[in-house]
Amino acid sequence: MKNKVISLDKALEFINDDAVVMYGGFLSCGAAETIIDGMVAKGVKNLTIIGNDTGLVGTGVSKLIATRQVKRVITSHIGTNPETGRLMSTGEMQVDLVPQGTLIERIRSAGHGLGGVLTPTGIGTDVALDKQIINVDGKDYLLEKPLFGDVAILHGSIVDKAGNIFHRGTTRNFNSIIATACKIVIVEAEKLVEVGELEPEYVMTPGIFVDYIVVAGGND
Amino acid sequence: MDAKEIIARRAAKEIQDGDVVNLGIGMPTLIADYISPDIDIVLQSENGILGMGKLAEEHQKDKNIVNAGATHVTVNKGAVFFDTATSFGIIRGGHVDVTFLGALQVDEQGSLASHIIPNKLVPGMGGAMDLVAGAKKVIVVTTHTAKDSPKILKQCTLPLTAYKKVKMIITELAVIECTSEGLLLKEINKDTTIEEVVAKTDAHLIIPNTVATF
Repeated sequence: MKNKVISLDKALEFINDDAVVMYGGFLSCGAAETIIDGMVAKGVKNLTIIGNDTGLVGTGVSKLIATRQVKRVITSHIGTNPETGRLMSTGEMQVDLVPQGTLIERIRSAGHGLGGVLTPTGIGTDVALDKQIINVDGKDYLLEKPLFGDVAILHGSIVDKAGNIFHRGTTRNFNSIIATACKIVIVEAEKLVEVGELEPEYVMTPGIFVDYIVVAGGND
Repeated sequence: MDAKEIIARRAAKEIQDGDVVNLGIGMPTLIADYISPDIDIVLQSENGILGMGKLAEEHQKDKNIVNAGATHVTVNKGAVFFDTATSFGIIRGGHVDVTFLGALQVDEQGSLASHIIPNKLVPGMGGAMDLVAGAKKVIVVTTHTAKDSPKILKQCTLPLTAYKKVKMIITELAVIECTSEGLLLKEINKDTTIEEVVAKTDAHLIIPNTVATF
């Protein structure tokens, strides 16, 4: 079996300038804090980041935004991080707001081999501007296209060495979906266990989606 | 009793036994405190919970369990956690019976503006656009005016969050139903008058012969 467990430094070799990075977490609950701290320390820049929100100040991806490492963010909500709004209004960072359910479906469709999704969300609003409207059996839907990334950074509560992940509580959010839509997938394991210790029924993100595992908090 | 409490108490009466309910961030979350203990409902939180309980006391806080506003919460017996795709499947797929959302503006067509004031306040729509697209009943809870300016208008001037999706508007002064004929005044606060409600509303109100009080 390929050894997926690598050091933080090794993992950071896969995250470089201009990368499109998808991140897990909902207001930083279930965010890969160790990897994000590593990205801040490495100083990767011109990133495009894709995730639910831009975090609470001082946590999650808000740390990358505070250090101006992000040129564009695709997200559903920025209200909890005033710095995002400020950089958006000064034009220093591009912010694309996408309805939350649409954002996750665009990512899911990328990872699941679909050419996008048809959703009623946003019909009659600015979200529908420049988008194709498709009528199915008398109801209008917007065609929302797939969204791919270069690197996904996930949080896992319990991860086995094959990359199978158990997500505790509300930490699952975007984590299990972004794992399907990126070329390189790195999970930060809060707890690392041997293969077989995690019962198959409890695996929420299958290990085949995961390329590398970093242990939370440490460099080993 | 302040305006928010009046609104939350009245809004809670719209929830039926057995409902799956999503409460938006902000004022709508207050409604949870006034839901009758005689009914069983399931609170959905878009970050991935069905069966959300009360806010967590200090000793109950679990860093892995928060609501959609990042506040620590408890979960009830039988609660379920899931990913965001499932959460919005529940929302968009019509499995939420009623959702309560705040408003910047709401209008005669039942359209809602709640997520952006261009160049001024840009929180983003979060899950609101999916909630209005999929929930069986969309109820707007808002103060009747903002700094004495009406929030209920003929037509929203801010970018829309929902186009013709609102079924009911609950304010501290009135309960208004959005019908195909326009806004129907259903109830007024016992401490106000129809005249005051009309004066503070910048939209046409259909006023039936009898208007109940709350």
